[in-house]
Amino acid sequence: MHGLLLASTVPDALTFAVAAVISVTGALGVVLSRHPVHAALMLIMTMFGVAVLFVEENAQFLAAVQIIVYAGAIVVLFLFVIMLLGIDKAESIAAEPLKGQRPTAVLLGLLVLAEVVLLARGRWPTGAHSTAGALSQAGTNCGLSAQATCPNVNVLGQSIFTTFLLPFEVTSALLVIAVIGAVVLARRPHRLGTDTDPDSGTAPEEPDTDLVPDFSARDITAEGDDTTDTTQEGDQ
Amino acid sequence: MLRAAFLIPLFPFVGFLVLTAFGRKLGNPRAGWLATIMVLASFVVSVVVFAGLLHRPAGNRSYTETWYTWFAVDRLRVTAGLLVDPLSMTMATFVTGVSALIHLYSIGYMEHDEQFPKFFLYLNLFVASMLILVLAGNFLLTFLGWEGVGVCSYFLIAFWFDRPTAASAGKKAMIFNRIGDAGFLLAMFLTYERTGSLQYSTVFARLPHVGTPSLTAIALLLFLGAVGKSAQLPLYPWLADAMEGPTPVSALIHAATMVTAGVYLMCRISPILFRAPDAAHVIAIVGAATAFLGATIACAQNDIKKILAYSTISQLGYMFLAAGVGAYVAAIFLMLTHAFYKALLFLGAGSVIHAMGDEQDTKRFGALAKLMPITAVTFLIGWLSIGGVPPFSGFWSKGDVLMNAWAESPALYIVAALTAVLTAYYLGRCYLLTFRGQQRWVEARPGGDGSHGAHAEGHGPLEPHDPGWVMTLPLVVLAAASTIAGVINLPIHPHWVFLERWLNPVVGAQLLNHHFSVGSEWGFALGDAVLAGLGVAIAVGLWRNTAERPAAEPTFLRRAWFIDAAYDRIIARGSTELAVLTSDDVETKVIDGAVNGLGAFFAAAGRRLRTVQTGYVRNYALGLMGGLVILLAYVAVKAG
Amino acid sequence: MSINASWYLTLAAILFSIGAVGLLVRRNVIVMFMCVELMLNAANLTFVTFARQLNDIGGQAAVFFVLVVAAAEVVVGLGIIVAIFRRRLGATADDIHVLKG
Repeated sequence: MHGLLLASTVPDALTFAVAAVISVTGALGVVLSRHPVHAALMLIMTMFGVAVLFVEENAQFLAAVQIIVYAGAIVVLFLFVIMLLGIDKAESIAAEPLKGQRPTAVLLGLLVLAEVVLLARGRWPTGAHSTAGALSQAGTNCGLSAQATCPNVNVLGQSIFTTFLLPFEVTSALLVIAVIGAVVLARRPHRLGTDTDPDSGTAPEEPDTDLVPDFSARDITAEGDDTTDTTQEGDQ
Repeated sequence: MLRAAFLIPLFPFVGFLVLTAFGRKLGNPRAGWLATIMVLASFVVSVVVFAGLLHRPAGNRSYTETWYTWFAVDRLRVTAGLLVDPLSMTMATFVTGVSALIHLYSIGYMEHDEQFPKFFLYLNLFVASMLILVLAGNFLLTFLGWEGVGVCSYFLIAFWFDRPTAASAGKKAMIFNRIGDAGFLLAMFLTYERTGSLQYSTVFARLPHVGTPSLTAIALLLFLGAVGKSAQLPLYPWLADAMEGPTPVSALIHAATMVTAGVYLMCRISPILFRAPDAAHVIAIVGAATAFLGATIACAQNDIKKILAYSTISQLGYMFLAAGVGAYVAAIFLMLTHAFYKALLFLGAGSVIHAMGDEQDTKRFGALAKLMPITAVTFLIGWLSIGGVPPFSGFWSKGDVLMNAWAESPALYIVAALTAVLTAYYLGRCYLLTFRGQQRWVEARPGGDGSHGAHAEGHGPLEPHDPGWVMTLPLVVLAAASTIAGVINLPIHPHWVFLERWLNPVVGAQLLNHHFSVGSEWGFALGDAVLAGLGVAIAVGLWRNTAERPAAEPTFLRRAWFIDAAYDRIIARGSTELAVLTSDDVETKVIDGAVNGLGAFFAAAGRRLRTVQTGYVRNYALGLMGGLVILLAYVAVKAG
Repeated sequence: MSINASWYLTLAAILFSIGAVGLLVRRNVIVMFMCVELMLNAANLTFVTFARQLNDIGGQAAVFFVLVVAAAEVVVGLGIIVAIFRRRLGATADDIHVLKG
């Protein structure tokens, strides 16, 4: 397969190198940081690097969206949750309770890397283009002169609102569902105020209308639990 | 006249039906007389049909009558119908004649039995089946009669079924017969497959198109059936045990009629045997061996009925020997004369047993000749006939067999001759121990030949005497017959071989052309007389004065060469042990083990596989990664 | 030397494998989730590279949708995490093994 030689110039190569270094450093930081907040910040660094690479690859709109949505919203959400739950204690990297997990993980990671690199160099089994339209289109499609090329936004927008209209609508529905889901999942069990006995003066018990089973500290000690049927330990 | 042939099996069958319905009401002795008259009527019709057949010219003596189609499946069409020809009419006539005499005898013999009517309805059914057997026009109808006589034999052997020995004897007879019947069935299957029909005439007409191996197989399989039915080696032990039945049963079924069905079958299929000489050789050898074996065993038996039983086995061996060498006429001749004198001997034995209060041990008889003259004289005639002493019928018939045996192979002749000497000897021993010598009587006891006879009940002194006319008339008639029956096939002159010329259309084409010069025939006759005389002399010499000669009765012979014991040990106990082994080991360990093991295996496998579900998300993620690696490897291989 | 598509793909592969190893090795739930995001980024990079290489806008459209879905996924996922780990502090992914067979 022919590769478009975009980066035949030195600045391009340099940009690539720098962005690559930033991305990999950030990735390593995510994996190796002890503190979750540090990990989140490293993630942002990776995303910046990837955004730069997007720009290199003539995907300017996506680069912008990456920064705004991914780095600016999603990682911030991560940080919110870290703060909310307070699970910001540094976990001990050294110990690994599951036997054989770490070596196998490293091995598999290396294997995946090797295979993908192998695939990256070779021929691809499929060579067909999709029919989504060309990346660089003549300017006449977006109301410019014939010599210019359409901006990336125009081309992307056109494809989204024509060819990929159905996925677009579905993903918008998906977002709504996600919002509702998040709201439902995250609420606390509410109290049934009307059933209290006015004379007793005691607060009514929390009914077990938990939507999620409560994993009490019992779980940690319940190792070696050898029951043959899977029981749902959901009750208080 | 021939069209009356259907009455021959019909009369006894009607007798059976009537006795089944009204037997108990008719009672003793009317039920017996009814049965006897039915068989007598059948005999009369047989004679009439026989005469009618005689009337016809020699080439036209085959008449088939088809009543209806029994069933028709695909290409096979089996009819129910008769084949009236010289062979079948010879059989029918003597079967009905001897049966009538035995029915008459039984009226007296079974007089004190409570189940008197039942006995006669079984007897009638038996005679009807036997007649269907000999008159049938196709293999399947013959087989119907074959099975019928088999089952009647079972009923009659186990007539006193509350005696365990009788019950198991009946069972034993049935089982041995069954083994033979399997051979008969297979032969029928093969016959149909090769010739497309089971009708005798059609099958014999199509024989040229059937290959010799198939013919040999058919012949041998039918011979297997005959071996079972006629108690030849190796399926003979049942006949000795069958003596548990009442003596008339032994006389009728196990001497004169049922056991001859096998010989009849061999003669009927003479066209097949003619084309399958290997099978014929086998038949001859087995016949000779059985003859010798039976004779040797009879020499050392004490029970009078057992002596006669082994004698029957031996004589049947002679008949098969004759059939095997192609001398079918000799076989039929011997069968005829044997029916007379063997029935005579059995009935005589019955009289003695009756008179001695159900005692059957010859060592406990003695000096009965003066007290039971008629029985003694007829028994003597029977002995001389079977021994082959001239001019009694046995001399002529056995002589024919021996002569033809020599023509086939001198070895066979030697075996047959030896057996002839032994035959004269052991029956002489029987006669002398029973009727001559000193009185060795013991007080009457229960047991022996069933509960009958006023002599059995009392424990007083025995007073043996000749029975009434009902029982002595058959003896006399049979004695007369065995004396003069030789006349039907005297080899002295070609004109006088009536039987041979009579049977010629049926078996003539297959006779081995043993042409003997007159001189050699006289030579053989002389030899036969010498052999018979030798046997008689030895018997008289050894047994005239004493009843104790252990040297002449070795255990080996008394225990019948231990063959039956071997069957019992190997087959009967062997199968039981196999069954125990199978049920205890195979069933519980292998089969149950496999089934339970399968369940246990799955349970164990489940337990092992369960450990994959650790519950840790990271382990599951590891699994996912592993799968990803494999997928990528696959893609890489495909791409590269 | 020239930077062609293979370099970008290799870089994406490196990011992906780092993210995968991190997912398997880390026990903190949030960090595991971040590693998933890392892998998604790698995938996005791959898509964009191919879009350029094949001159097809479909790749970038795919990235667009991946971004949207990733956002929704993060929302719901963090909601679940909040629901599970609300009562238990200092819990890790290893402490949830109720479905142990």
